[in-house]
Amino acid sequence: MSAREQHLKELLLRGLSGEAAAYAAFLKDLSAFLRAFLRGRLARVPDEVEDLVQETLLAVHNQRHTYDAAQPLTAWVHAIARYKMIDFLRRRAGREAMNDPLEDDSDLLGASDEEAREAKRDMATLLARLPDRHRLPIQLVKIEGLSVAEAAKRTGMSEPAVKVGIHRGLKALAAFIRG
Amino acid sequence: METEKLIAMLASNAEPVAPGAVRRRYGAAVVGGGFGALLLMVVFYGVRPDLRQAAGDPMFWVKLGFPLALFAAALVAATRLARPGVRLGWTAEALLVPVGVIWLLAAAALMAAPSGERLPLVLGSSWASCPFNIAFLSVPAFAAAFWTMKGLAPTRPVLAGAFSGLLAGTVGAAAYSLHCPEMAPPFLGTWYVLGMALPAAAGAAAGPLLLRW
Repeated sequence: MSAREQHLKELLLRGLSGEAAAYAAFLKDLSAFLRAFLRGRLARVPDEVEDLVQETLLAVHNQRHTYDAAQPLTAWVHAIARYKMIDFLRRRAGREAMNDPLEDDSDLLGASDEEAREAKRDMATLLARLPDRHRLPIQLVKIEGLSVAEAAKRTGMSEPAVKVGIHRGLKALAAFIRG
Repeated sequence: METEKLIAMLASNAEPVAPGAVRRRYGAAVVGGGFGALLLMVVFYGVRPDLRQAAGDPMFWVKLGFPLALFAAALVAATRLARPGVRLGWTAEALLVPVGVIWLLAAAALMAAPSGERLPLVLGSSWASCPFNIAFLSVPAFAAAFWTMKGLAPTRPVLAGAFSGLLAGTVGAAAYSLHCPEMAPPFLGTWYVLGMALPAAAGAAAGPLLLRW
């Protein structure tokens, strides 16, 4: 458990300092833990687990500046996953679903599940709904892999505007999901 | 989009994140909110004309130090509430210390006063406007504190809103103390506390509406 914590934390810290490969590895490992964690808790709605895994990954990414290296990573991730899960259950307005046990403490890194099912909600469809100033930077930099400078040139936007577009666009994506 | 593709997208060209974002953002919010409160105070109420003289009275510093002590506790609490998985710890209880000190001073002042002068010690000359003036001066810091909290990740929106409001209230009260002529602890222990509690209550109500992420 603490070896997992240490390993994952190291990947995240390297990711935060700009190592894209380490960050991708962090998100991949984390997604497996999230999947197992959420599958255990959302047994009644197995079809929606992958949606929530994706929503939580997006939240972790958008809020990654709130992680403090002095803090246990498990506590941070667990609080985010829990917050998103409760939000999800409220959205479903499932009173009966609210009776699922939420109070168990953080065994988020307890099990790992790498077998992703298909997500019901398609992030790509949501992305297409974003305004151009958000959608184009995300499309060019995050999906096609262009540098910020290249994307700025291609779109005629300034480089800061491209960065802001990515940042705000990913937050807007999370807001779409929240509804 | 498959989860694997989402991960690739999130990780691709991810900008490095400098540590200390929470601290920096709160620093900016506090400076902005404090400046706004001082500006409103000067424009609408004016600095008390006898400030130089009043500064020689220890009570003046107690009056300024009281909201500033609460400010420190509220700031620590807000930065903790802004981060998922960080416990509030002793910060909520710490608020009781400055309030307790003021109430002790107030009790001592009331006991020392002859019975006919006790009510005037509590009401002063501005009790009816004081809490609302403090709440008004806290508006810029309220906006700044909520804006900051919204950009972070509070998982307990009622508490996060309440402490954002309280933080703003302490900024408003500190600015107001440079105008306000009242010096009696019973006055401070009642109307300053109420003035800071108003934005805190507004924040608790607004938190669940404004702080979702």
